[in-house]
Amino acid sequence: MEFAELIKTPRVDGVVLHRPFLPTVEGTLCLTGHHLILSSRQDNTEELWLLHSNIDSIEKRFVGSLGSIIVKCKDLRVIQLDIPGMEECLNISSSIEALSTLDSVSLMYPFFYRPMFEVIEDGWNSFLPQDAFKDLESMTDEWRLSEVNTDFSVCLSYPPLVAVPKDVDDDTLRKVSTFRHGGRFPVLSYYHKKNGMVMMRAGQPLTGTNGRRCKEDEKLINATLRPGKRGYIIDTRTVNVAQQAKARGGGFELEANYPQWRRIHKALERSNVLQDSLIKLVEACNDQNHSMDRWLSKLEASSWQSNVKEILTTACLAAQCIDREGASVLVHGTEGTDSTLQVTSLAQIILDPTCRTIRGFQGLVEREWLQAGHPFQQRCSQSAFSNTKPRVEAPVFLLFLDCVWQILRQFPCSFEFCESFLVLLFEHAYASQFGTFLGNSAADRSKLSLPEKTVSLWSWVNRPQELERLSNPLYEANSLVIWPSVAPQSLLLWEGVFLRWNRSSKCLDEAYEEMVHIIEYNKELQNKVNSLRRQLAELETEDPLLQES
Amino acid sequence: ETKKRMPESTKEHRVEQVRLLDRFSSKSTNGTLYLTATHLIFVESSSNNSTSAGQEIWVSASGGDCSAGSAGCPLVIQCRNFRMVQFVVQRERDCHDIYSSLLRLLRPVSYEDLYAFSYNPKQNDQQREEGWQLIDLGAEFERMGVPCDQWQLTDVNRDYKVCETYPRDLYVPITASKPIIVGSSKFRSKGRFPVLTYFYQEKKAAVCRCSQPLSGFSARCLEDESLLQAISKANHNSRFVYVMDTRPKLNALANRAAGKGYENEDNYSNIRFQFVGIENIHVMRASLQKLLEVIGSRPLSMSDYLVGLESSGWLRHIKAVVDAAIFLTKAVTVEGVSVLVHCSDGWDRTAQVCSLGSLLMDPYYRTIKGFMVLIEKDWISFGHKFADRCDQLDGDPKEVSPIFTQFLECVWQLTEQFPQAFEFSEWFLLQIHEHVHSCQYGNFLGNNQRQREELQLRERTHSLWAFLMSEKQNYLNPFYSPAYSEAHPVLEPSTLPYHFKFWRNMYHQFDRSMHPRQSILKTILTLRENSRKQLGVTPVATSDPPAAPPTRVQRSNSNTLPPRPDSLILGAPINHKEVQRHEEDDEQEEVGEEAMESTDTERTVEGSSGTDSRKQSYGELEGTYNSDVAKEEPAVVSLEFGVARMTC
Repeated sequence: MEFAELIKTPRVDGVVLHRPFLPTVEGTLCLTGHHLILSSRQDNTEELWLLHSNIDSIEKRFVGSLGSIIVKCKDLRVIQLDIPGMEECLNISSSIEALSTLDSVSLMYPFFYRPMFEVIEDGWNSFLPQDAFKDLESMTDEWRLSEVNTDFSVCLSYPPLVAVPKDVDDDTLRKVSTFRHGGRFPVLSYYHKKNGMVMMRAGQPLTGTNGRRCKEDEKLINATLRPGKRGYIIDTRTVNVAQQAKARGGGFELEANYPQWRRIHKALERSNVLQDSLIKLVEACNDQNHSMDRWLSKLEASSWQSNVKEILTTACLAAQCIDREGASVLVHGTEGTDSTLQVTSLAQIILDPTCRTIRGFQGLVEREWLQAGHPFQQRCSQSAFSNTKPRVEAPVFLLFLDCVWQILRQFPCSFEFCESFLVLLFEHAYASQFGTFLGNSAADRSKLSLPEKTVSLWSWVNRPQELERLSNPLYEANSLVIWPSVAPQSLLLWEGVFLRWNRSSKCLDEAYEEMVHIIEYNKELQNKVNSLRRQLAELETEDPLLQES
Repeated sequence: ETKKRMPESTKEHRVEQVRLLDRFSSKSTNGTLYLTATHLIFVESSSNNSTSAGQEIWVSASGGDCSAGSAGCPLVIQCRNFRMVQFVVQRERDCHDIYSSLLRLLRPVSYEDLYAFSYNPKQNDQQREEGWQLIDLGAEFERMGVPCDQWQLTDVNRDYKVCETYPRDLYVPITASKPIIVGSSKFRSKGRFPVLTYFYQEKKAAVCRCSQPLSGFSARCLEDESLLQAISKANHNSRFVYVMDTRPKLNALANRAAGKGYENEDNYSNIRFQFVGIENIHVMRASLQKLLEVIGSRPLSMSDYLVGLESSGWLRHIKAVVDAAIFLTKAVTVEGVSVLVHCSDGWDRTAQVCSLGSLLMDPYYRTIKGFMVLIEKDWISFGHKFADRCDQLDGDPKEVSPIFTQFLECVWQLTEQFPQAFEFSEWFLLQIHEHVHSCQYGNFLGNNQRQREELQLRERTHSLWAFLMSEKQNYLNPFYSPAYSEAHPVLEPSTLPYHFKFWRNMYHQFDRSMHPRQSILKTILTLRENSRKQLGVTPVATSDPPAAPPTRVQRSNSNTLPPRPDSLILGAPINHKEVQRHEEDDEQEEVGEEAMESTDTERTVEGSSGTDSRKQSYGELEGTYNSDVAKEEPAVVSLEFGVARMTC
């Protein structure tokens, strides 16, 4: 076993753990292949179990022979371990460093994890494209499920099955794929039942500097328009950025070739800029010595909230084109695997009440992120404490979750899940015992045989006790489109993630419990009233005297 | 309910075909504008058939500033409750008439012209009198345990002779004789000598307040030194008192040149002196003005917003006040030391710090009644100059300052950190703020108690506290836990910058497009209300079945839902919807903004950024809109907060 070689010192006694707002714990530190464990070896005291893959960076400090390791985690938690003995401390820190930066995916914990719970429903089969397509078929017959990508040969980042217009054959798709970045030809992302409008997504068209065109591409997307109707192309880049992309073979749809489409450019940031944004934000949140002015100025300088606002605005725009303008929409940026997915998935949250249920949201993450080829492995390999360059990591998915949280804040009764579900997805996207977020695409996951070798996060989530924990007590199904406000005054910093470890949430938690209590009490009373009413109704029908009065 | 009746007026001005614009969207509504002696009222035209469905906007005449532009005849009114109303009047002359009438009405010369003197809620004299007796400060000091063996009630100011801005009843150490008091008062700005405002019984530590000493560079006053000595001696727990000068040190130093200043520690053997650095009324006024300028401009980028928030300094000032209150609280509750708080005149910063500190120390002040008592004590009776600060009459614009608003905001920031510690919700704070400026009730008129007595407010006006008490259920915080207060009598808030948030519901109270479409507070309050009713229904149903068929019980229940505060975040149109919703409570579909779409496509419900406002919010669909809406938008004339400017 290779892990043993990496663990220089498996056990140290007398280690002290410091965490903000929690009492210090003294105990024994153990390193295993995948975990850092600290146990006080007393009953009723909690132990620390930390996945090595959750560790973003570590720092060593020495005062005399007492060494300290500061562990910064991908879930933004920062803990300190005081380790007696310089050699032990050095050994531990180099072991952690090695174990938390394993290159091989197949050494990751999900491949070793065996569930301690009964799998009621295998999450790997919960959200299959063919099942999603059955729902679509019940609404329209204008689409078909193409198997053109079964062996991932047409598009490496697409799943084997994709929904495309019925009249477009696989040969056309193959041709279109050569005209789109990464082979990502336009596919169906969302069908709006109310008016039959659709949202598609793709990679950028490869027009290049001399304005190359592709008739099949034009035919494909025109096939989604109703006669006499126009559609919208939402390009997540500014006009300038899109222009510059031409020089590298990319580009955008020219009006002349796509007369039935109106192109709108938005300015969503690219992944490396977003990573900087996250780093700056977390740095600002973790500095406890700021004055008010400095805090606000650093918050502004991080641009995080600006990114949230821009992404939400673009998603609202897409939703608005579909629902209010009655037009179909095609969304793309450059690759079509990052900002594109933020927009298409958020637009669905706004438009489709199903996506606001626990199961529906899982389906959305599965469809619009995992199967749509968001490169989780790359994007989530490091979090806010990373300092590697050049970077492929970026908090694209975290920003999406932040935007969902903003909508949840504005419509607290319209989501079946509560904030914890979003936090949970954030954690598991970065470090997990489950295989769901491993790999960069469906092709990767298939190559790694994840469904056979690992447990799906959805298997864990879709159990009664977990569902209960994640459900929103205020939820009342709302079948309507929900339009969030995107004014800066309406958007908040997501404290549940960014200040999670920097504040005591005791007061807020207690108030939340009180809220749950009130709701449950009300339900109980309601049930009682209902049952009494039923009794009354029975009495009335039985007793003729009562009926008369 | 009180506001729904048209006020009587001698001359009513009426202009038809006026358009009302929403400042954060391209939405507009047509209607008729009425100008009465006390209100400006806009009634939406479409509401002719059913008054309840239409939108009515009532602007209290004493509540705002206005300005008018020339082209297209826009009329912009900035209200003191931070509402901004923009009208477009068809005829220029009408617009000008309204404008000049408003200018006259907004700044009455005499108190008698204020709404409170004509407001008549149809109560008899006895009810009015009872309303005024609701708050009894004598009883409040008794509650604190004063008078006691160390503190006594003095009648030295019975006739307002020693200090005309203090109340008649004052509490001082038993060892402070009249000559000492009189001597000290001569050494203090405006005669505001050190007196007790809060007594922390557990440690026998006192919170006292006064104004700055007239020390200049070297002057001293033996009586003043004795009075401080007496305050110190009254507390056996400690050998010294803290003297908290709430001003920045530089300001205090500058005051010395004018013969004022601060206590010299060498002269007062038993004090520990401390500056805490809260800025003066002019800085606060400018800060709020800056804040309003930032958030009042229309399409605001996140960056503009955060930079503007920072450069306005508003949250920095709020934090400074909370920090000072925490210092006071720790000194009293942890160290058991008495504290003397002052600033310059001792009626602005001093009032903020003393009242906020007391609120942190004493759970009573976190109840609805207790909060009224606190405001009555530290603000009204000790002479915070409400008339000047809130610009009730045509006064000096340099005297206007949002000191009390800041206090309310500090309390709101605390409610955000301690959701279970306060009996009242944010709505209570907003309603108090509304009425500090509406001048509908007598409580806040004038600058001090003496003036109020001269105006015979108790005889001629009504008390806000009685009105708020009668609507108490509207202001309850459903999460309030008396047990929490018992376990945590003293609140220890964190003042890390990120705990201070922008108070959207205050500064954008009337900009519906900015508010969450669904409110947890409202949902839970409704549930609580339902629970209460179900408890009421249950025995009826069991003991006396034939009395009422269940469906009717439910129906009548839904009609008696308590009215939500009129002008607050969840304003009139939503009330209407809410009523509708409860009437059809068998139907499942209700939440979300589109519920109304089928019945009323014109109005965007619950601040939706849907149909009408989306252009501003989401942008970029130029060609698809009726461009005339945007084109006709008038040029907005800029206006200064607290100042009306004629520009047409």
